[in-house]
Amino acid sequence: MNYPWMALLFLVVKGVCILAFFAVNAMFLIWLERKVSAKIQNRLGPMVTGPHGSLQLIADTVKLLLKENIVPTEADRFVWWLAPFFVAVPTVAAFLCIPFSATWIVSDLNVGILFICSITSLCVLGVFMAGWGSNNKYSLLGGMRSAAQIISYEVPLLLSVLVVIMEAGTLSMQGIVHAQEVGWFFLKPNVLVAFLIYLISATAEVNRVPFDIPEAESELVSGYHTEYSGMKFSMFFLAEYANLFIISAVAATLFLGGWLGPWRPSAVWFLLKVYGIIGFLMWVRWTLPRVRMDQMMAFAWKILTPVSLINVLVTGWLLVIKG
Amino acid sequence: MLPDYLNIIFFFILGIFFVGAAFATSWLIRPRAPSAAKGAPYECGEVIKGNSRVQFNIRFYLVTLIFVIFDVEILFTVPWAVVFRQMGMAAYLEMVVFIVVLALGLVYAWKKGALEWL
Repeated sequence: MNYPWMALLFLVVKGVCILAFFAVNAMFLIWLERKVSAKIQNRLGPMVTGPHGSLQLIADTVKLLLKENIVPTEADRFVWWLAPFFVAVPTVAAFLCIPFSATWIVSDLNVGILFICSITSLCVLGVFMAGWGSNNKYSLLGGMRSAAQIISYEVPLLLSVLVVIMEAGTLSMQGIVHAQEVGWFFLKPNVLVAFLIYLISATAEVNRVPFDIPEAESELVSGYHTEYSGMKFSMFFLAEYANLFIISAVAATLFLGGWLGPWRPSAVWFLLKVYGIIGFLMWVRWTLPRVRMDQMMAFAWKILTPVSLINVLVTGWLLVIKG
Repeated sequence: MLPDYLNIIFFFILGIFFVGAAFATSWLIRPRAPSAAKGAPYECGEVIKGNSRVQFNIRFYLVTLIFVIFDVEILFTVPWAVVFRQMGMAAYLEMVVFIVVLALGLVYAWKKGALEWL
């Protein structure tokens, strides 16, 4: 393993595995969402293609591949074309330091959590580029709203992550998991507050109900991806579900002890926790109504941000007193 | 071991490859039948009025400014959060001053009505 080309080969193999997981996981989550929503609304959901509609997403992918690519005549073509890259590429890159188990991590960067936070906030650029480039009023409004929402909830999100960094004393994802060997972080009251703030802000970050203002279909048709079709549209869709996985994986790692569990293998524990959080977020999505734009912005700046600032100070005080 | 930053670059290339490959596959097999009606912006079937590059609310700009301030300040606190336990009470009190100044800025923006939507 001392040869650089061996390490590079190893990296390529890991990368291909991550890509395969990325695609299969997103397809599984889309199928799961359709099934969960159907169960909550007392329907059956997809049933025809494969047992319980499990092959539906493969059929959908083929359909999307075969769809014509419609470019709006007055669109800012380059920006419009580049936007799906800005949305989807960071979500692939964020998988770089998600710790699936003690050894299953592509690269345990020493700035892991900071890397994930910064890379996933690149998506806002893509969303805004899509909104601006489409030359569509709905898209522009959706893109503006989405950008405002994502950056507003970024502040409480980062402040709640900061609480965990203070508790763990490291930025490395594996380091944060190891710091929880004595007890999962969410068992401490101050980190529990941070966990709740994180869950709320992360839901807003990925534009899910109750914070799906950017795609409020009754007002804005489909928000920033109204003008996209075929593969470009599916990249937005794929990135949305990949982001859902990433925020849940980060929540599981930071607050619920990551891959720690009573017995091995640890990757099973990690995936159980992640899909548990995803299941919760799906349940929330199909239960709650959408909040209004002004309510949502006020909630971020007037409630979540002050509370998380106080939480940071309280956490610091507790840790300093303890020594 | 490879340097960590090579991994990051590799994953960016991987992501670009993934999206690019999907686009290329679609480009090879999809039909092409453009028409003027298809290229028109979607406005629920109505005849389009004017351009979409319209004026937008100044609030968006204000929120972005406040965000930039907070984001940079949080970035300053990250190195502190990693090491403050070794530095004890002095480091904590300094950060209290820093966060109180930050909170005063939030209160000021709040009182000035920068956080009011509509």
